[in-house]
Amino acid sequence: MGSHAGGVSGMRDEWGGILTRAGQKFEKMVVLDADVSPATRAKKFAEAFPDRFLQLGCSEQNVVSVAAGISTMGLIPVTSMFACFLSKRAADQVAISVALSHLNVKLCGSYAGLTTPNTGPTHQSIDDVNIMRGMPGMVVMEAADAVELEQIMEASLEYTGPTYVRIVRCPCPRVVPDDYQFQMGKAPTLREGGDVTVLGSGLTVSMCLQAADILAGKGIAAEVINISTIKPIDAEAIAASAAKTGFVLTVENHSIIGGVGSAAAEVLVEQCPVPMHRVGINDSFGKSGLLDNILKNFGLTPDNIASRCEQFLAGVRS
Amino acid sequence: MVWRAGSGHIGGSLSMVEIVLVLYHCIMKVDPQRPDSEDRDRLVLSKGHSAACLYAVLAEMGFFDRKLLFEEFIRTHGRLSEHPDMQAVPGVEMSTGSLGQGISAAVGMAWAARHQRKPVKVYAIMGCGEQQEGQVWEAAMAAAHHRLDNLVAIVDFNNAQVSGNTSDVMNPQPLPEKYRAFGWDVDEVDGHDIGGLAQMLQKANPAEKPRVIIAKTVKGKGVSFMEGDFHFHATSLTREQYEQALIDTGSE
Repeated sequence: MGSHAGGVSGMRDEWGGILTRAGQKFEKMVVLDADVSPATRAKKFAEAFPDRFLQLGCSEQNVVSVAAGISTMGLIPVTSMFACFLSKRAADQVAISVALSHLNVKLCGSYAGLTTPNTGPTHQSIDDVNIMRGMPGMVVMEAADAVELEQIMEASLEYTGPTYVRIVRCPCPRVVPDDYQFQMGKAPTLREGGDVTVLGSGLTVSMCLQAADILAGKGIAAEVINISTIKPIDAEAIAASAAKTGFVLTVENHSIIGGVGSAAAEVLVEQCPVPMHRVGINDSFGKSGLLDNILKNFGLTPDNIASRCEQFLAGVRS
Repeated sequence: MVWRAGSGHIGGSLSMVEIVLVLYHCIMKVDPQRPDSEDRDRLVLSKGHSAACLYAVLAEMGFFDRKLLFEEFIRTHGRLSEHPDMQAVPGVEMSTGSLGQGISAAVGMAWAARHQRKPVKVYAIMGCGEQQEGQVWEAAMAAAHHRLDNLVAIVDFNNAQVSGNTSDVMNPQPLPEKYRAFGWDVDEVDGHDIGGLAQMLQKANPAEKPRVIIAKTVKGKGVSFMEGDFHFHATSLTREQYEQALIDTGSE
């Protein structure tokens, strides 16, 4: 599979359509913007439902607390913002206005991880999972492709309580099967294997599947699990796979401090301690440049994922 | 209740007693028997640290048993925490305590009420130190921009905050001019004059404008040794102070 830089419709373009279709289905849903709707593509919703779209300008803290107020009136507010500002700048508002009272606010963060490549560290969101995972009662989700994103958004709107959905800017190749049914809290196994367990989330799931192809060519059977609900994490699926393979590799478009790797480690250390490695951003900020180059810089490639698995197995077998 | 709990923001609770009393007795459309009725008016206590005052008035109105004031205020398993929790206390409309957030939530409620064509008026009480929070001005800009004429904010201007007099710590004045410049209708009132407050709060919003009423108040109002002293922002009382306060306020 090719470049993440463009050509195919990006997840943000999918997002515009998904929000709009959700608006048709959920009439109590309203969308709040912090002057980023042309970029997030929430503009499409605004055009379809101008009365249900609230523009609040560059005021992320205000947006989150306004959403909390709106939710108490029986509407379902969706904040469609940049993940970096939603999670960091408005962290206290997410905690106190929303999470403390378990309000029915749907927080959606676009441009997750490194996927706003040109803008660099100011707009890249490499710690939103860490922040949102720490919010008591918050459900945290990320889709591997557009089909899953639509299902995640529907599940989020049907659920009563605060949710956070992170969305990348670039395209994500289709990975879920035709009969796929997203279930909040369940991590589907996309490929079975007995030698290593590879946990991906969002953008990295397709990389993990490509890595599994590479490994298969070398006689190594990788099991690939899609961690689309990061919290509450599917401890049962992770522990069961780890017990089978004895090694877990996590791959995330996020800092390895506090993200999916940490979440998996928390499960494994208590339920099935096995060796594990984490691939992702290690205690640094992102970079500005071409997305494929940036991803490569942080080891987010099928080749690196495959070689990390091989290195582990070589160590065990030697 | 503050004396029994050994804690509580007493100064800023006493400065807004008349404001909250007038709102609940003369202005707001609420029914303590139906605290969740859809078309009730809403009060958001943006200065959440003064929850003791709100609890006392809610109990007096019949939203919950007065016993709770003495048994459950700042108790580990009590419902009346030092900052109000909307999920735990009937009549509390928003969980607040982190300054600046309540006024934004009130903006959200007012927008949602208008969106749903509900005849709901939304009130928010802020502190004077709270005016230093940037979020207050994000909310102020939004309320005027979206022409929320079902929103009334009240600033309890007692000119005292944790570390000193508000005008010395970080002067928010000239506040009326600031709100006017943000597109609000502005009035000023003596926050301890019940008749004046009632008159001011009964006034309708001008078409398409949010209103702010800046109430000049005295921190620790009614208690001789507390009045105007910022040290009584959040403090426990000695038995002697407690007994003096009862005498000063004519309580039993």
